[in-house]
Amino acid sequence: MASRLMALWDWFDARMPSVAEEFRKHASEYYAPKNFNFWYFFGALSMIVLVIQIVSGIFLTMNYKPDAALAFGSVEYIMRDVPGGWLIRYIHSTGASAFFVVVYLHMFRGLLYGSYKEPRELIWIFGVLIYLTLMAEAFMGYLLPWGQMSYWGAQVIVNLFATIPFIGPDLAIWIRGDYVVGDATLNRFFALHVIAIPLVLLGLVAAHILALHDVGSNNPDGVEIKKTKGPDGHPLDGIPFHPYYTVKDFAGAVIFMAVFCLVLFFVPEMGGYFLEYNNFIPADPLKTPAHIAPVWYFTPYYSILRAVPPLFNSQFPGVLAMGVATLILFFLPWLDRSPVKSIRYRGALYKGALATFVVTFLVLGYLGTQPVTVWGQAGAWLGHADRATIAARVFTILYFAFFFLMPWYTARDRTLPVPNRVTM
Amino acid sequence: MKNLLLTLLFAPLASAVSVQASEGGYRLDRAPIDSTDLVSLQSGARIFVNYCLNCHGAQYMRYNRLTDLGLTEAQIRDNLIFTDAKVGDTMKVALTAKDGKAMFGAAPPDLTVVGRSRSPDWLYTYLRTFYRDPKSPTGWNNAAFPQVAMPHALWTLQGERALEIIPAKDGHGAPEYKWTQISPGTQDTVQYDTMVRDLVNYLVYMGEPVANSRKRIGIWVLFALGILFIFAYALKKEYWKDVK
Repeated sequence: MASRLMALWDWFDARMPSVAEEFRKHASEYYAPKNFNFWYFFGALSMIVLVIQIVSGIFLTMNYKPDAALAFGSVEYIMRDVPGGWLIRYIHSTGASAFFVVVYLHMFRGLLYGSYKEPRELIWIFGVLIYLTLMAEAFMGYLLPWGQMSYWGAQVIVNLFATIPFIGPDLAIWIRGDYVVGDATLNRFFALHVIAIPLVLLGLVAAHILALHDVGSNNPDGVEIKKTKGPDGHPLDGIPFHPYYTVKDFAGAVIFMAVFCLVLFFVPEMGGYFLEYNNFIPADPLKTPAHIAPVWYFTPYYSILRAVPPLFNSQFPGVLAMGVATLILFFLPWLDRSPVKSIRYRGALYKGALATFVVTFLVLGYLGTQPVTVWGQAGAWLGHADRATIAARVFTILYFAFFFLMPWYTARDRTLPVPNRVTM
Repeated sequence: MKNLLLTLLFAPLASAVSVQASEGGYRLDRAPIDSTDLVSLQSGARIFVNYCLNCHGAQYMRYNRLTDLGLTEAQIRDNLIFTDAKVGDTMKVALTAKDGKAMFGAAPPDLTVVGRSRSPDWLYTYLRTFYRDPKSPTGWNNAAFPQVAMPHALWTLQGERALEIIPAKDGHGAPEYKWTQISPGTQDTVQYDTMVRDLVNYLVYMGEPVANSRKRIGIWVLFALGILFIFAYALKKEYWKDVK
């Protein structure tokens, strides 16, 4: 039997050798640094979540109805009458949040170890494109259950485009296909969510990985392992991705699955953060909820949007700030002037800046989930403004300071000498 | 500083679990529900079809799903279906949204997933805080949901009550709520609270009928992943022992 299979493989390999060639290039002879730590799980985990979302999504579309009159009911039909439907639905809803969890941690890894720095700028740019595409994917997917938060969340986000001077109102109508979010919007968001954006996402992920495998992986020391090669021509500090990192990532994936299942089976709503309570009320275009909050992964940017005061009665400055807050990520490789990559050899300035940025992102994220009145009003000396709004403004400034002051503080930072070889 | 950090870290958690107040500021009572108490769930189902299903539908809930609660289809047909619905039908209601709006000023919402959009504590408090209010169109008002369009559907059980809201003296803080019984119902307070507990228990069950089996399956899945991790970790150890 075994020899028969080998013979079949030889037959195949003789006719299409590129399969084995690509496997060697990207797995069994792709040399990755041997000192990857905890933070290096999240790239592989992001790919796992992508597969989870695509597979569970395919099964959801078999019973979901992209029709304003039927959508909400079809989700309940999946939850109740489709065998195993509740499982597929919770896998998909938990997966959406899990996707952002692992992607945020993966991006944070890049900030920790300078993975965006030369020669990996393109990998970073593809990564940011993946992140932005993922946001579009999540936003359009969130409309599909057709609950109150789906509806009003979409209404708010599409109205952001309406604030753009001159073309805004027409642009918003063009996006919605109607004067308000309606059946036409639901249909096109469905098409984009299940076909167009996933295709773009897959293409970008392929580009991200190809670009990575061309230059090789960074590591927690920020040392280029290709600079020290052994007599066999392989990096001395490198080990083949397969089997070493496939078995390691597999163990990490099992832990991830356990956390994923803990949420899925025991707290699928995650206290209203993964599935908002208001979204169990069918969309009602005539009834605006008192408090509209986007899902947690958008809330840092939502906070920035709310923090920027309107100008000439236009919310456009806030929208612009939100746009800049995401697009600034593209320029990170050129904003960072540090001679070293890894946080291990950086000085106090970058360490302090990164710590502040993490707190900033979390606080903005929290404030975005809450009404602006959550911390009450300040005293008369601040004109009785909402305390949460003042905090959001301070942290918005800190958010931008992390990026705009980066050329200055990374150049002045007192870095440590980087070793020639990786440390374990 | 340390306290500030702690507050920042735990603020999201705290807000998710903190004691919730209703829109009207009325403090919510904790609903003593138990998703494994079949007697309570069956009694809740009976109250639901008798009192709620006249105006509110549960258009995504099938009658025969109640077999989850230990009932047979024959029992469901004989005791819980008062219309010409088949046992496999969903709990529809004859009252149209248009008629509902004409009668009450707002169409009675579908209750299939009300146990998910409203917290159990809110439902438990809401159903126990109706009072007589001559100023409202229905003659009823509610402490947890002020100016609600719904009249007190369970009033024959609870009787009529009056509420006097005394504002806090300094203008801040929670007002004082003074309840008085105007006329008795067929149930005393303990019986009524138990009955509402059963109803809320049922509404929460109906919101997600699969909840109990979801948790049961989850324990097995986590157990299996634990076993798988032992092997995955051993495999990793074995491969990595020569990496120096």
